[in-house]
Amino acid sequence: MKGLKVISGILVSIFCLIGLAACGSQSQSHTTGAADQQASSIVAGGSTALQPLVSAAAEVFMNQNAGTNIEVQGGGSGTGLSEVAKGNFDIGNSDVFAEEKDGIPAEELVDHKVAVVGMTAAINKDAGVTNLSKADLIKVFTGQVTNWKQLGGHDQKITLVNRPDGSGTLATFVKYGLDGHKPAKGITQDASETVKKIIAQTPGAIGYLAFSYFNDDSVVKASIDGVEATNENVQNGKFPIWAYEHMYTKGQPKGLTKQFLDYILSDDVQYTLVAEQGYIPMSGMKVERDAEGNLTKK
Amino acid sequence: MTIQSPHSKDLSQTNHWLLEGMKRYRRDLGAHIFIYAVAIFIILASLSLTIFLITKGVQLFTHDGVSLFTMIFGSVWDLHDGKYGALPLIAGSFAVTVLAALFATPLSIGTALFMGEIANKRGRKWMQPVIEMLVGIPSVVYGFIGLTVIVPFIREHIGGIGFGLLASLIVVGVMIAPTIISITVDGLLGVDQSLREGSYALGATRWQMISRVVIPAASPAILSAILLGMARAFGEALAVQMVIGNTAVFPKSLVYPAATLTTTITSSLGETVEGSTANHSLWALGLILLAMSYVFILVIRWIGRKRNA
Repeated sequence: MKGLKVISGILVSIFCLIGLAACGSQSQSHTTGAADQQASSIVAGGSTALQPLVSAAAEVFMNQNAGTNIEVQGGGSGTGLSEVAKGNFDIGNSDVFAEEKDGIPAEELVDHKVAVVGMTAAINKDAGVTNLSKADLIKVFTGQVTNWKQLGGHDQKITLVNRPDGSGTLATFVKYGLDGHKPAKGITQDASETVKKIIAQTPGAIGYLAFSYFNDDSVVKASIDGVEATNENVQNGKFPIWAYEHMYTKGQPKGLTKQFLDYILSDDVQYTLVAEQGYIPMSGMKVERDAEGNLTKK
Repeated sequence: MTIQSPHSKDLSQTNHWLLEGMKRYRRDLGAHIFIYAVAIFIILASLSLTIFLITKGVQLFTHDGVSLFTMIFGSVWDLHDGKYGALPLIAGSFAVTVLAALFATPLSIGTALFMGEIANKRGRKWMQPVIEMLVGIPSVVYGFIGLTVIVPFIREHIGGIGFGLLASLIVVGVMIAPTIISITVDGLLGVDQSLREGSYALGATRWQMISRVVIPAASPAILSAILLGMARAFGEALAVQMVIGNTAVFPKSLVYPAATLTTTITSSLGETVEGSTANHSLWALGLILLAMSYVFILVIRWIGRKRNA
């Protein structure tokens, strides 16, 4: 009996190892399948901010093109960029330029800008402030001003609501809203809905949100330097805080990946889904910006 | 663990075995192999998980040259500036764990005493599903209730901005209470009935019997219950993340934001690039968590051994 136990134990461990090896080789074959682009199934993943738009577009696309399968995943911009660079995703969704992330071989990736997202400061209603100059915005976020009455608002302590390090929203807001000044420490939340809820219920709170989250009047959508935070002002270059939503491919896209990207950039999607999700369509932009942040007129 | 062979079981059935023996034996062998397979699979899974986390976690020290000392005793955590001092996070995790246990323990032991000693069968029948329901509620729901109810309540009635250790200890305390309750109840039911009868016979009141006889007799079970609860509190991420405020500083008061190891991992992991120092530092935090859970398990085992001795 003892011998039998030992033998069955050995057998079982061999089976387990074979099983593990099989799993390993399966994922291997998946990556090579993704690389040759012949498959009728692709994976797009990364930015959670962009995920709803890509999912919605993928759903319509799959309905129109029977037999195709587009799997949309989240995971964050960092994950999207590193997985597409490694070849595990066919499309890597990102809120930031690949050049802005350390450790990404940006030269291997091709950028497809699919939409523009505008952001502005979101302020609690009790603060009594609806417009901030950029200088004041920087003072608020670096902690030089700690009470709204110093900026002409009510006597209310300022509470900062930040995004975690590495977040695309934080990067965009710091670069174009705070001119590179690092925000002081405050409450940190990664989900935009939670951020909005915290700002709405905490007296004197300020954070930053994409335009699409200002869909009710629970928080104040701040104007910057007297310029209202609207799509039009972003399109004509007057409002400074905005970023592209990127869909990166490794090398030029082919096959289904190309079809899907073309579909997202088509007027069909740009003026329906993109607008519905609160993004600004690419074709409406009268200005252009590169990875270094240089703004040019189109 | 020994698996008995059918042959040793019942001698009176020898004839039966001779007729049906081979068939039964084969079936027995099948079950035998299956049970061994799953056992070995679980061992392999936990082993490979540990190895995976260690290889990922040590990269911060081997590949990026951050010293273990700065990681554990450094007081500034800032991925953006490349500062990887995890002490504020470790302090936050321990603060939440210990405070939640302090909050949940009296609550849980009281409830367990009610279920195990005071209530009759019917009372226990009603309490059991309530406790099980509390276990089944997902942590995101606890977090959401914490965010909508507890945080504003603390801000309005106690002070600060509401986010912080106090909100976390309440949310996590309620989350771990069911674990502590059910294990404590098992421990109480395991106390020999003769001990209770003996203390009554000596003229003890019910409370004297409970506090001086039953609780000491069940104390190893109660201790492991509390430790298991603490292990869960230490690893809880989602609910804590929603109410603690996630500011990587030393918790200066109960009503100001802090951060824990788990909340830092969940909020930053997706935004870091695999292979970058920031990403490695988060894996290193995971390694600290794993090491801590091993410590919890060792202590629980140690208490368990004391109980059996």
